Amino acid sequence: MQRYRFVLTRPLQLIPVLFGISLVTFVLTHMIPGDPARILLGIRATAEAIAAIHEKFGLDKPIAVQYFYFLANLVQGDFGRSIIYRAPVLGVVAERILPTLSLILLAVAISAILSAILASIAATRRGGVTDQAIRLFSTIGLGLPAFWLGIVFIMVFSIGLGLFPVSGYGETFLDRLHHLALPAATLAVSLVPVITRNLRASLIAESTSDYVTAARAKGVPARAIFFGHVFRNSLLPTISLFGVNIGWMIGGTVVVETVFSVPGLGQLMVSSIFARDYLVVQAVTLVLALGVVATNFLVDLATAVLDPRVTV
Amino acid sequence: MTAIEIPAAPSRWRSVSLPWTVPAGAGIVLFWVAVAVLAPLVAPSDPIAQDLSDTLKPPGWAHWLGTDNFGRDVLSRLIWGTRIDLMMGFFGVLFPFVIGTTIGAVAGYSGGFVDAALMRLLDVTISFPFFVLIIAIVATLGPGLGSFYIALALVGWVSYARLVRAQFLVLKQSDFVLAARCLGFGRARIVFKHILPNAIMPAVVFSMSDAVLDILLGSSLSFLGLGIQPPTAEWGIMIADGKNFIGTAWWISLFPGIAIIILAIGFSFLADGFAELLGAKD
Repeated sequence: MQRYRFVLTRPLQLIPVLFGISLVTFVLTHMIPGDPARILLGIRATAEAIAAIHEKFGLDKPIAVQYFYFLANLVQGDFGRSIIYRAPVLGVVAERILPTLSLILLAVAISAILSAILASIAATRRGGVTDQAIRLFSTIGLGLPAFWLGIVFIMVFSIGLGLFPVSGYGETFLDRLHHLALPAATLAVSLVPVITRNLRASLIAESTSDYVTAARAKGVPARAIFFGHVFRNSLLPTISLFGVNIGWMIGGTVVVETVFSVPGLGQLMVSSIFARDYLVVQAVTLVLALGVVATNFLVDLATAVLDPRVTV
Repeated sequence: MTAIEIPAAPSRWRSVSLPWTVPAGAGIVLFWVAVAVLAPLVAPSDPIAQDLSDTLKPPGWAHWLGTDNFGRDVLSRLIWGTRIDLMMGFFGVLFPFVIGTTIGAVAGYSGGFVDAALMRLLDVTISFPFFVLIIAIVATLGPGLGSFYIALALVGWVSYARLVRAQFLVLKQSDFVLAARCLGFGRARIVFKHILPNAIMPAVVFSMSDAVLDILLGSSLSFLGLGIQPPTAEWGIMIADGKNFIGTAWWISLFPGIAIIILAIGFSFLADGFAELLGAKD
């Protein structure tokens, strides 16, 4: 059990990071020009009314005290009220989590399958035409703007071939899968090149190690060596790479959700920016940062479970 | 008596042939630089002049890449847009590069409390999703190119700081640093004149792929309406303009996207090529 002790200790190490995240979000919201009370009450508000609001929300207190209030509210799940939705921010944000989470999970699944296939082909035909073609594809893939690719996908698969809905989210599970297929594929395209390159490199490195030579000398079929040993052992660095790139993917959802009108966190963030609903923007930023921290924790956990040598 | 043969001076890049990706990438990037510089000469018409009698025309002889919903020539907008997108790549790299390299050098060389404090700052910055933090900063400062550069400078330094710090941790133990210290050179001189030139290459290589990223980010911001504002010609805005006409006028969005891809491939080739050279040198 010694090697799982970090399940308890790692969250403690994360506390300073969480403090940092809350501080950055607090500072960002406070840098927005304009008095929140004046925004709330309108331009014709009296000085007394503004002072009353200041006192009510603690805006007349020193900034450090305000940060303390902010933290105390966060811990109690109070993110304030949305001026557009006229409801607590927490509820507004919470109902957007599932679409974004589904989108990311589907995109990760698509890119994992696609990268595994491409990297295996490239590594076993190293230096050949197919390998070069896959390398070229990954170079192009790195420079594909997600918002443009999404539009091209809509042009070809939704409008041209009529295979997928143009936008939206759907009602039932299968309906949602159908709606999220194109957005997830768009997101996956930005991840596949990174994962493929990395997996190809570790497959090649792994296949030159001594145990592979030993297995081959023993007469183990090449296919069995590849899938039974080489591929399994190459997966570990790839899994941590998924963790490193999750932040990038979450960023991608902001754009992709806007293109496909998926009612997720990213779309909420963009629409709230234009509506000047800053408490919602602040909450979404916080939730997405927490998502990155949680993912990295899970990746650490997965690494420790899969590789007994790793002590985190 | 035979002539004394003078051995050729050993070249630093000896026995390393230039990968084809370097000239190919340089060619592509220089092509776009030329387009940007020569924009007033090569653009067939004014990029923001509207002609409402000539809207949504498909590509043809009069307008090679067609016209948009305001009757603006797509090719001219694409050519003028090159200026802004190249600039986003250049300045988007420059500020994070300078800040990150300095922080990495200071953290790596000083060690101790300074290093620990800077690395905690780094931990917090990377725990935000990169693009989300950029958007949050731009939302705070107000849409525009200036906000984009400030946001990138505040967030993008982390990769450079990490790369340079890692190099410094190794190099500060090396003999030439000890020699410089014995000669009584000052800290600043050792850090910036002796270690930095040896530590900078990984950061330079990374800056090429970072340029790709910044161009993608900048055009994404413009696409969302948080970057360059219309009617200025910029590739991300052009794609956004065409979004409402994808069923009828595909050319408005298609061509600027291809332009971004080609420019990105140029920088990616350069990054690949330099990474290969660097790997071969070590």
